[in-house]
Amino acid sequence: MGTTLVADGRTICPDQGIDRKLNVLLSDGRVAELTESRPAADKVINASGKIVSPGLIDMHVHLREPGKENEETIASGSAAAVAGGFPSVACMSNTDPAVDNEASSEFVFLQAERAGLANIYPVGSVPKGRRGEELAEIGQLSRSGTVAFSDDGSPVSSADIMRRGLEYTKMFGKAIIEHCEDLALSGDGVMNEGTLSTILGLPGIPAASESGAVARDIILAELTGGKLHIAHVSTAGAVELIRTAKRQRLSVTAEATPHHFTLTDQCVKAYDPVYKMKPPLRTQADVDAVREGLRDGTIDAIASDHAPHSTEEKQLEFSLAPFGVIGMESLLPVAVTELIDRVLDWPELIAKLTCNPARILGIDKGTLRPGADADVTIIDPHLTWTIDANRFRSKSRNCPFHGKQVRGRAIQTIVGGKTKYRLHPNADY
Amino acid sequence: MNWTRRHLLGLEDLSAEEINVILDTAESFREVSTRKKKKVPTLTGKVVVMMFVEPSTRTLTSFSLAARRLSADVVSFARGGSSILKGETLLDTAKNIQALGIDVIVLRHPAPGTPHLLARNLDASIVNAGDGSHEHPTQGLLDIFTIRDKKKQIEGLTVAIVGDIKYSRVARSNIWGLKKLGARVVVVAPATLIPPGIEELGVEVCYDLDKIIPECDVINILRIQLERQKSGLFPSIREYTKVFGLNAERLAHAKEGLLIMHPGPMNRGIEITPEVADGPHSVVLDQVTNGLAVRMAVLYLVSGARG
Repeated sequence: MGTTLVADGRTICPDQGIDRKLNVLLSDGRVAELTESRPAADKVINASGKIVSPGLIDMHVHLREPGKENEETIASGSAAAVAGGFPSVACMSNTDPAVDNEASSEFVFLQAERAGLANIYPVGSVPKGRRGEELAEIGQLSRSGTVAFSDDGSPVSSADIMRRGLEYTKMFGKAIIEHCEDLALSGDGVMNEGTLSTILGLPGIPAASESGAVARDIILAELTGGKLHIAHVSTAGAVELIRTAKRQRLSVTAEATPHHFTLTDQCVKAYDPVYKMKPPLRTQADVDAVREGLRDGTIDAIASDHAPHSTEEKQLEFSLAPFGVIGMESLLPVAVTELIDRVLDWPELIAKLTCNPARILGIDKGTLRPGADADVTIIDPHLTWTIDANRFRSKSRNCPFHGKQVRGRAIQTIVGGKTKYRLHPNADY
Repeated sequence: MNWTRRHLLGLEDLSAEEINVILDTAESFREVSTRKKKKVPTLTGKVVVMMFVEPSTRTLTSFSLAARRLSADVVSFARGGSSILKGETLLDTAKNIQALGIDVIVLRHPAPGTPHLLARNLDASIVNAGDGSHEHPTQGLLDIFTIRDKKKQIEGLTVAIVGDIKYSRVARSNIWGLKKLGARVVVVAPATLIPPGIEELGVEVCYDLDKIIPECDVINILRIQLERQKSGLFPSIREYTKVFGLNAERLAHAKEGLLIMHPGPMNRGIEITPEVADGPHSVVLDQVTNGLAVRMAVLYLVSGARG
């Protein structure tokens, strides 16, 4: 494979506390060294004026395969991942069939290998088939490489199953990634409950649907000592509960999505289902609270909750259209545009996309330590462009940021020492 | 002022001036119904489709008659159920209808915002004939027309809307229209049927019907849906009738010129007693008659805006 030098970039590796101009030498699929000198290499990538980051990790995506290959496949999802700057993503278990046994998780690895673009880590379901009372084969799944457990798309509604899940996953050091929602409180809700849902006549999902569930799960994490990760935090109440749990040194982590720290329920005003997702877009006060949670470290990671849906389904009546938006190819530019210099500095942002999710998932990624896999994302922090969902690698187009003017973009994505994405196919930077 | 709107999606978007244009136009159309030959050639050659995806008798009849009195060709397209179940999306269905050369689609649909979906994607004018719990603008307009007709003005009146505020499109359209024209609006219902943030629409919330009755110039009684009780929003029909039902005793302290309205269909003996429904304060049948003139005005104005 030979050696590659990523030269003259601003190298940011939050895992090692590094943020300075360094040359990154990759050798035989691994990071060889970070150095101020200029070692000889078979290939040199000029990263001058660019940011050189450990390969980014999107810890929350839905790739729809098996079951809904018209919306996304592991291959198209892998292409979208590297185009968004993510050599590694963790994909949720709510496929058909669900990832609830060793065979189904091996299928994910096999399809990822066939696609040959990105590292795809399966997340297994908590109960078998994402429903019922029997735990999935969490031990065997863990042994075959499943990185965490979640029924995302739905909560683990039974407090008893959640308790046993937290106890059982603890043996394998795995986290439960919980979609915190009280389904009884959500009812048939399709947007945030508030004045706007009243005006639009759409059934609302109260903030308490999330914060109540977060409170229960934190209490169960305390009871069991299990590892709890709260997915897609959307409410001020949930942020405050997580902050308190962290102060008590409980094993609780959290993530936020770009849409929840950028958009509010006012987007729903024209009844466009491209703004329909769970949890729903909340109020400006909630957006501010999520941003504050990102700033003070209450929220550890940024993830897309990439949820592809066909255009036909997203053109249905608002109440009938499915929940979910895509985000792997818009996450980084939206985060840079919305957060840098306002909420986070570059090392803080990159930590939430590299070493923090790696730690939560327990994977050897998200770092440029010598010996680590040679996964590198080169980012142009100044590039201004307009997000165009029609040019996405994803099979789906349901992106709420379509048309948004943004700054910053992954221009080259290196996975295991090999370039898997380049913005300009003929140029190495 | 000139009318420029191609669609009527709700009263929220309209200015007071625009609402008055519709009411004044309706006033002039009212006379048509008193003629021997109840027809004008205004919309000759235009095609109006009644697309009713949710069952309706009175609104469908009223709109159909309104379109015919304007000499439009009227096609009815009714079907039940959601679009997914039928295997064709609503948008595809609507585009197919439009391809037949349609000028106006009058849409009744159980999902809020469906008229907006069609307005975004089609060239035809869309008139909202009720979209879920969102709005029912022509009902709001005919209620306001009836009040204006009897009271000669809207500004300064106190109007109570009583009943299922949470799920009522009639309540929302009335609130927008009445507030824009300067009325004081009070909503009266069990707390479980008051939707969050309703005060921000400029209304007062009251849980005590007896307390508010003496202040009212108009009481608009909404139909209470039996499903609401089944889904646990109030304990029993009997209790609802006792606490929020309108009866003759309650009206003992009412103003002399109080108007009692009901958008229908009425549950006699539940939200309103028969003697009140048929009593001297009731203008329920005037509402129905005025609905025709209001719908003629709306069809005429949106068609005109299409050129």
